[in-house]
Amino acid sequence: MSTTATTPVVPSFGEDESGRKLAIICSKGNLDMAYPGLILANAALGEGVETHLFFTFWGFDMINKKTMGDLKFTMLGNTATHMPQGLGGLPGMTAMATHQMKKSIEEIGVPEVPEFLQQIVDSGGHLWACRMSADMQHLEAEDLYDEVEAIISASDFIEKTDGAQLLFI
Amino acid sequence: MSTTTIDGHEIHVDDEGFMTQYDEWSEDLGTVLAAQIGIEMSEEHWNAIRFLRRDFPENGETATLRRVATVGGIPTKQLFVLFPKKPATKMAYIAGLPKPRGCV
Repeated sequence: MSTTATTPVVPSFGEDESGRKLAIICSKGNLDMAYPGLILANAALGEGVETHLFFTFWGFDMINKKTMGDLKFTMLGNTATHMPQGLGGLPGMTAMATHQMKKSIEEIGVPEVPEFLQQIVDSGGHLWACRMSADMQHLEAEDLYDEVEAIISASDFIEKTDGAQLLFI
Repeated sequence: MSTTTIDGHEIHVDDEGFMTQYDEWSEDLGTVLAAQIGIEMSEEHWNAIRFLRRDFPENGETATLRRVATVGGIPTKQLFVLFPKKPATKMAYIAGLPKPRGCV
């Protein structure tokens, strides 16, 4: 293939290993707080950034087989819904708010949490589970999403993500 | 808007070098664009690029990686093999389309 171009404008794809790494700590188990980490991880992977996600505390709900497909959104304590807080406490409100949010997410073509995790793994992302959270919740590797690479300690994660930019969500 | 000359083709591009005129593209040019970023086109590469070309006029924007996987039917893992590191932008570049604007 001869490309005898007279200095064409070619985008830089940063082929020379930039070595950029991103570490994302997912500590929340609410539906609305699961997405920021997933979306940013997906975006980083699409830009060729090595990406590691560490699930800890309530974030464990994102990788616990029993809960990962059933995260919820509540209006309670969230003033950004701009609705009277009392409404959020009525029976059925959390289910309704969750349903609405899931619908909005689906409408723009964004997958549910389990499928999103699979997409992240398929894109080369790494999923890690927090040792202390597993111990507290009496969970083993087989209780967690199959693509989680291992249950590791906080120190292990810090070691693995040496030099990474870090996001705590 | 500026123009650049690649392999004898004069094309309109944005600041980064992505083509801005859908109709200025041809598969021959796609092969040349791919070579510029170190990709030798195979039939598998073309499947993805042809999907992007077909999808753009229908959808009004460049398909995201997820759309190429779910609608175009090419698994995400495979896209990372075919267009390493930055598959979505590389595919857009070769297909002569703007970078995808969608987040997912």
